[in-house]
Amino acid sequence: MMKRENMTIVHQERIAENIYAMTLTGDLVAEMNRPGQFVHIKITPQADPLLRRPLSLCHIDKEASQCTIIYRKEGMGTTLLSQKRPGETVDVLGPLGNGFPLDVIKAGQTALIVGGGIGVPPLYELSKQLVKKGISVIHVLGFQSKDVMFYENEFVKLGETYVATVDGSCGTKGFVTDVIAERSIFFDVLYACGPKPMLKALERAFPHKEVYLSLEERMGCGIGACFACVCRVSNSKTAYKKVCSDGPVFKAGEVVL
Amino acid sequence: MNRLEVQLPGLSLKNPIMPASGCFGFGREYAQFYDLSKLGAIMIKATTQEARFGNPTPRVAETPGGMLNAIGLQNPGLQKVIGEELPWLEQFDVPIIANIAGSTSEEYVEVARQISKAPNVHALELNISCPNVKKGGITFGTVPEVAAELTKLVKEVSEVPVYVKLSPNVTNIVEMAKAIEGAGADGLTMINTLLGMRIDVKTAEPVLANRTGGLSGPAIKPIAIRMIYEVSQAVSIPIIGMGGIQSAEDVIEFFYAGASAVAVGTANFIDPFVCPNIIAELPTLLDELGIEHISECTGRSWRKSEPSVYCGA
Repeated sequence: MMKRENMTIVHQERIAENIYAMTLTGDLVAEMNRPGQFVHIKITPQADPLLRRPLSLCHIDKEASQCTIIYRKEGMGTTLLSQKRPGETVDVLGPLGNGFPLDVIKAGQTALIVGGGIGVPPLYELSKQLVKKGISVIHVLGFQSKDVMFYENEFVKLGETYVATVDGSCGTKGFVTDVIAERSIFFDVLYACGPKPMLKALERAFPHKEVYLSLEERMGCGIGACFACVCRVSNSKTAYKKVCSDGPVFKAGEVVL
Repeated sequence: MNRLEVQLPGLSLKNPIMPASGCFGFGREYAQFYDLSKLGAIMIKATTQEARFGNPTPRVAETPGGMLNAIGLQNPGLQKVIGEELPWLEQFDVPIIANIAGSTSEEYVEVARQISKAPNVHALELNISCPNVKKGGITFGTVPEVAAELTKLVKEVSEVPVYVKLSPNVTNIVEMAKAIEGAGADGLTMINTLLGMRIDVKTAEPVLANRTGGLSGPAIKPIAIRMIYEVSQAVSIPIIGMGGIQSAEDVIEFFYAGASAVAVGTANFIDPFVCPNIIAELPTLLDELGIEHISECTGRSWRKSEPSVYCGA
């Protein structure tokens, strides 16, 4: 049964330019299992901003009944969220969506984990769970610049980590695909989350590999009822998948990017 | 006595609260949250003869107190709705109001003929007011003669009462309502969304891929109230009111304006439990207002007769 809870903020911190990490506590954490799932947050009880905000789970700590989300302060909703202080509550619906599949890779194999910008957060919980299963992880993280870069040190602790920045202020100058090409990284399964051009480039670059992509789309309800976040399925005029409830993670080729 | 029970053409409702069409799919998603038998009725997502994919994304954009959508009547098509969705809904003790749409009057008639035979469909909602499709939809909803003609055709073939969903995107909604009543409609549902638009300040591009969309949510509530207030005084068929309802207080306001039942739309997206919560809160609110039965509220804002105590100058 799906649930909703007023979760309490235990920590909120600005970790890079306009990037915030917020830790919440509540009973809903017991339901949070799969990396790549998201929560749908109503920031204020008032009618403005009206809609919930879908934010992916970055870190799940069952023992402490805590979860952490990382978001970029961009519009009115996330600005209001960034002003919330520990002790305040937010209305959380979730966890929603299907996360990254973990049963497609075995201990001893290698996962390549590729993140772009605000697509990086859910990959942290993914990497933690893969490492726990005895899988080697290699991370390639892309950011616009060093100022908006985050969590690179946390990823280093889990495995080999490479960074690309568009302006060259840290790591390789360019995109995540440049890093992957120049280092000719070997892997068994690729997991990625980030902007659509990045996901498209990865899908094109590894047509014969097992690739899982987490998509982002504007959502209304987050549970599959409003049909706001649909995407097309190849070779069909009417077939579709909903990013919120069928995704947000899809196998490469499953939907049209 | 059930204080929330309401009788309308074709509909014996245990309470007057139902999710609005397009905001509840075919119920499957919300059945994960609560027992759908709690609802007065369910207005299912608009059904067309063939499956439709709808518009490209982005399909939604937030506005102050509201939301723009341009889904484009995405649905699995008549046969799948009759063969899969409606039978699935039969497990619940709740009447279904089937919202029907089309590009031509022939399509409306065919969908009405077939879907009105389903055992749990107790009424049709004729969707002549969707602002997000190029053909059909709203073109039928903005010219009174065209709307009346379509109502007649659908009435001829439907085995259940027909409610017509009015568009607020007209100059004179009373004239439209009267034409539809004259054509034999059993009831009206109002209002559909208001045509709106948002433009991205950084890119100068429309936010929605469809460019324009339908505005819903609390932002449109005063418009819905005003239109129901006007129409309910001009027609004698019942009105199912909708447009930004979020609370039990909102429900009473719609009744006072002239509605006999209400539908909750956008609020389902924000709080999946909004319908059962409103149903649970209504009796307490009726107590506070000193009202025995919810039906007494219909049209109270304009039915008010002489004040019992004269206190004028």
